[in-house]
Amino acid sequence: MDLILVNLIDGLVTGLLLFMLSAGLTLIFSMMGVLNFAHASFYMLGAYFAYQISTYLGFWMGLLIAPPLVGIVGAAVERYGLRRVHQYGHVPELIFTFGLALLIEELVKFIWGNDQIPYQIPEILEGAAFSISSYDIPAYKVFMIFLSLGIFAGLLFVMTRTRVGMIIQAALSYPRTVEALGHNVPLVFMGVFGVGTALAGVAGVIAGPVLSTFPGMAFVLGSIVFVTIVIGGLGSLGGALVAALIIGWLTTFAKAYNIRMEDILTSLGFTKPEPVWDSAWADLWTLTSPQIADILPYLLMILILVFRPYGLFGKRDV
Amino acid sequence: MRTIVKRGAVAALSLAVMASAAFAENVKIAFIDPLSGPFASTGTNGLHQYEFAAETLVNANGGVLGGQKFEIVGFDNKISPKESLIQLQVAIDQGIRYVVQGNSSGVANALTEAIDKHNRRNPDSRVLFLNYSAVDPALTNEKCNFWHFRFDANADIKMDALTDVMAADDSIKKVYIIGQDYSFGKAVAAAAVSFLGAKRPDIEIVGNELHPIGKVKDFTPYARKIVASGADAVITGNWGSDMLNLGKSVIENGFKGPIYTYYAAADGITAAFGETGKGSLRLVSEGPLNPIASDRAADYVKAFKAKYPDGNVSQARITNVIEMLARAINDAGSATDVVAVGKALEGMEHDSLWGGKIMMRPQDHQAIQDVHIFAHTDEGVQFDYDNSGYGMVVESSVTMASADAPTTCKMKRP
Repeated sequence: MDLILVNLIDGLVTGLLLFMLSAGLTLIFSMMGVLNFAHASFYMLGAYFAYQISTYLGFWMGLLIAPPLVGIVGAAVERYGLRRVHQYGHVPELIFTFGLALLIEELVKFIWGNDQIPYQIPEILEGAAFSISSYDIPAYKVFMIFLSLGIFAGLLFVMTRTRVGMIIQAALSYPRTVEALGHNVPLVFMGVFGVGTALAGVAGVIAGPVLSTFPGMAFVLGSIVFVTIVIGGLGSLGGALVAALIIGWLTTFAKAYNIRMEDILTSLGFTKPEPVWDSAWADLWTLTSPQIADILPYLLMILILVFRPYGLFGKRDV
Repeated sequence: MRTIVKRGAVAALSLAVMASAAFAENVKIAFIDPLSGPFASTGTNGLHQYEFAAETLVNANGGVLGGQKFEIVGFDNKISPKESLIQLQVAIDQGIRYVVQGNSSGVANALTEAIDKHNRRNPDSRVLFLNYSAVDPALTNEKCNFWHFRFDANADIKMDALTDVMAADDSIKKVYIIGQDYSFGKAVAAAAVSFLGAKRPDIEIVGNELHPIGKVKDFTPYARKIVASGADAVITGNWGSDMLNLGKSVIENGFKGPIYTYYAAADGITAAFGETGKGSLRLVSEGPLNPIASDRAADYVKAFKAKYPDGNVSQARITNVIEMLARAINDAGSATDVVAVGKALEGMEHDSLWGGKIMMRPQDHQAIQDVHIFAHTDEGVQFDYDNSGYGMVVESSVTMASADAPTTCKMKRP
């Protein structure tokens, strides 16, 4: 029972982190129609910037300065890169962001090297915040939960209660009408791109110390972010949150419990072939849930695409 | 006009031939390891260690055979077995007779097979394979051949030493084994189960698990399982970011016991663990830097750090490869007759720069040497890793580990 609670908290942390990454991506995609392949690279930039700043000014200044810095880089990419490519259609845009992802990775390797870098959590957040029976919950995780919930609340407020949010909402559904009404849509685009990448930057800053900061970190998270926004529904912030949490809990529980395919198959009435390693189905029979935990989200995405192509909360077709 | 061009071409060609003849004075050693991609830092650091060892230990002392110098030639295999075979062919075409490789047993398996085949078919351009890091036990057992020499202790030898230490620790009652899902991870798990079963049958193995290699984003669920199992110690063969993330996650989520590892050091890992890993991380390896064996070894490390401030002397055995090869070439009296050099290497006893003896076991070409269990700490560290102040300090040692371990190798000698 205690373990379930602990796993719920762990899954929540994973899910919220994923949400921060996918929130920006889903906004950018629904607004500009650009699948930003470089989104996870901005997450990596956030971690590296914060590390560099933290070596001079400490962790907290890194958390404060790095995300806006990433946002500025993102906005500049939109203004001087994407906007020029935009006129040639979506495919060049796609290729542009793909190239950007490779470029950022090589740049990071060039500046900071191939090794893991020693980006550490601040001393004040070291150790356990509290324990549930014998399981420690690290203070840093509690901090991650509150920070990401704060960001979600802030985003929700901006999107639903402010004028800027209304324009963005309107541009999501009726971009041409908004433009016709005299709003500077390119500026809105640049702003959204900047804020979206800054959000990825925040995720990088707080995930860097726990998931380790190295040039492959963008690649590891890259594809799962797309899965999240497809499951949640494109352009839906709430959908991104729900999908991120589902993925977080799904993978955490699949890894935490050794559910064996053998047990499932036997309970379905199949008999185990003996000896199992001679059977053609040996791989299936010996499968355990931790082995397939990380592909479960992809399975879920396929199911969603088959039965509900616009995602859980989306309004538009993929 | 045309004849002039022809004569010019002939002259240029003959010059080129003469030039390559002049270069052939050098004993070239092909270093086939990743120099680009995700493992580039490990490969590049290894290349530097080879170049430095060849320069200071051989060339500065007048080379071999009265004046021939060692020359290390780097070949980038991108850690792919396929690419390695192409690079091997390029090296052979350049007239290189010695190949060194270490990263990934998958690559080593491909190379040893290809070299065996090549040497059977081309007796005039035979090559020797000096393996300095690939520790899959099969390479010196069922897949052994005369051309392959391993200078690192293999996975079984390391596990034998590790379990000796664990068996002596009465506080260990439950052990959790976790590793990457591929041949090496499985070999480590199998060795751990069999050695623990033989030495301490009362130890309960409360978990034996493989996770996807390089794909796990967050090790927290695994860490929870380890804590929940009540394990007193963890054994893992993980390397790279899988090692760092697993270790950090296990420690942060409240595991207090020792974590026994193969590769939790250098290449940024020591610095990234820092204070967190102190008191938990143990590592089994050869070639201790703390305490250092002699002034000569200390001077060697200092000179290396002066030349490569960001590098680490992380693979001490590289000096053994270079020194033993130089001795074997001198004993054989030829750098081109690799059969004679191989026979000189067989059974060679060598005083390592890092203290202790190395014996190249003739039955299977496995180097028998002292194996140490190190602790990750910042106390008593003379030579740190990653310039972090933290390093690996010897906790216990096994002299000439597994010298009498059986081998299934049936070697055909030329």
